Amino acid sequence: MNSSDTVKINSRLTKRRHFKRNTAPALAMAGPVTFWMLFFVLLPLLYVIFISFMSRDLYGGIAFEFTTENYTNMLKPVYLNVIWQSIKLAFFTTLICLLIGYPFAYYIARKPSKVAAKLLMLIMIPFWTNSLVRLYSLGLLAAPKGFINIVLQKLGLISEPLQMLHTNGIVVVGLLISMLPFAVLPLYASIEKLDKSYLEASSDLGARPAVTFWKVTVPLTLPGIVASIILVFIPSLGMYYVPETLGGGKIMLIGNLIRNQFLVTRNWPFGASLSILLILITLFMLWFYTRVARLDELEVF
Amino acid sequence: MMGDAIVTLLDVDKFFGANHVIKKLNLTVQQGEFLTLLGPSGCGKTTILRMIAGFEDASAGSIEVQGERVEDKEAFERDVNTVFQSYALFPHMTVFDNIAYGLTVKRVPKQEIKERVKEMLALVQLEGFEGRRPDMMSGGQKQRVAIARALINNPKVLLLDEPLGALDLKLRKQMQLELKRLQKKLNITFIYVTHDQEEAMTMSDRIAVINNGILEQIDTPKEIYKHPKTRFVADFIGESNILEGQVLDCQDGLCRIQLETGMVLLQSPNRKPADPVMICVRPEVMKYERSPVDGFSLPGTIKDIIFVGAQYRTLIVLENGMEIKVNRVKPEKDLKEGDSVYLYWEPEDALGIGDLKQGGSVNEQQ
Repeated sequence: MNSSDTVKINSRLTKRRHFKRNTAPALAMAGPVTFWMLFFVLLPLLYVIFISFMSRDLYGGIAFEFTTENYTNMLKPVYLNVIWQSIKLAFFTTLICLLIGYPFAYYIARKPSKVAAKLLMLIMIPFWTNSLVRLYSLGLLAAPKGFINIVLQKLGLISEPLQMLHTNGIVVVGLLISMLPFAVLPLYASIEKLDKSYLEASSDLGARPAVTFWKVTVPLTLPGIVASIILVFIPSLGMYYVPETLGGGKIMLIGNLIRNQFLVTRNWPFGASLSILLILITLFMLWFYTRVARLDELEVF
Repeated sequence: MMGDAIVTLLDVDKFFGANHVIKKLNLTVQQGEFLTLLGPSGCGKTTILRMIAGFEDASAGSIEVQGERVEDKEAFERDVNTVFQSYALFPHMTVFDNIAYGLTVKRVPKQEIKERVKEMLALVQLEGFEGRRPDMMSGGQKQRVAIARALINNPKVLLLDEPLGALDLKLRKQMQLELKRLQKKLNITFIYVTHDQEEAMTMSDRIAVINNGILEQIDTPKEIYKHPKTRFVADFIGESNILEGQVLDCQDGLCRIQLETGMVLLQSPNRKPADPVMICVRPEVMKYERSPVDGFSLPGTIKDIIFVGAQYRTLIVLENGMEIKVNRVKPEKDLKEGDSVYLYWEPEDALGIGDLKQGGSVNEQQ
């Protein structure tokens, strides 16, 4: 046996020993998570996919007969309308979140880190109260005899109370209140990382501030923008308790529809297929995010 | 080569909070010259550059570019361009888009942009790199892109903020010569910031030595080396031995100087007896012998003789403990460590700091 063989065998031996020494702690650390993901995410998900292809029996249970009806059902105008409404409301919520969140995040990011931490705290504080309490208070404020209407009437700006409750508008406001921090945090993270010298270089080369913003600031903070779009858009689609508390049952979004399938009309297979639809939309947006993020090799999370 | 003033700073002050970083600075940069702002880190040289570029406002005083006051102009309105220390190349753009940026934001026609970028790439010898992204390039290549990007607007003045700081020594030396060549070829005024005195010496037409927000001296590299006006300049530019003493008497410009541990000669046109004086003697003109030489009596002991490649460096300790550096191509044969020697120099080789230039004209300052 020549020496290089010996070396090879030795290295193989050390590798094996290495493996043994390192696998045990690795398993100990990753094990619980693996277990969790397997039994509480993967298996339930597979079950949801499975029943989404089953039929509903007469008494609201699951009949194990294969069908694609649950998916073709979504194409009925009444459901398409719900999906369209949901996407529309989620879209406006996301857009307004960005329009409010970006300048705010920009402002915070340009402050010294001590001040920035305090300002971030300010938008977090409301989230220490229960979200339902916040939504009901918003409902009280916006009620026909609520604070806003009374003030407006006393000022003589309106003669009749405004109908604010049970409108798309109030639902969007409710979603905004619930989602704004999720928009601000990723934006803040990516704006804060933006090197000021890029902005100086742009200005130095003759670009006015607006041009610098569109050509340099926005592209370089794009991962943050996309991240906050995802973090706002997806939950907005599924947050069924916002339309329920503020929409008075008049506004039906995907989230409410799914809830109703499981708890009210007891059509589990259809509810499952709608859930799968939500998951697919989410996956699509995540795929979109990784593409944008890779493009710039900038990480946000 | 030098013509009219292109950049003028008049009584410029700059405060950062309570920090007075630039103090009553007056500086005139000539058309077409390569001027270096040289000083230790934190001396305010980058702040001066940023005020000219428009990234910082002067707290007081005025800044003129081509006879026009620019304090009220934003950076994007000024006809100067900057090469940043960290290059600041836009990471989301290709080399082409980076270089073209200055023209793109001015809405120059596409065809013209293409031609100009091509010219610039040829100028910095980066043909064929149009499609690369900055993160796929080496430091030296990024440097060239940064220069090309800054030059495409045909600036009147190019500001360079320690542009070679991130490069290794060999590349730095090469880029120094290239920058100098580029500046000559384009005949653009360069204002260059560095803390590297050798770099300043190699490239500059004139050097402005800045210390603590004050302009210590501005002159050609040779004059600055030969006739430093302040102790700081003598110390910062090149190596020097600085000896403090008092004038005993002078005859025909040759003065006898009393030091703490001896007596030396200095050629100095404007000294009176009892004047305090600082003498700067460069290591390469310092000499020593076993016995005192005419007019000198400055005893010391050889502490070390070190071979440093191109030359030998001898350290000699004076009686008060001060170390004197002497550089020699060859060591004196019969002298070794521990020997007692007497130091001397040719009186015209040493400089009294603050002396007038030979020829009598006073340097412009403050």
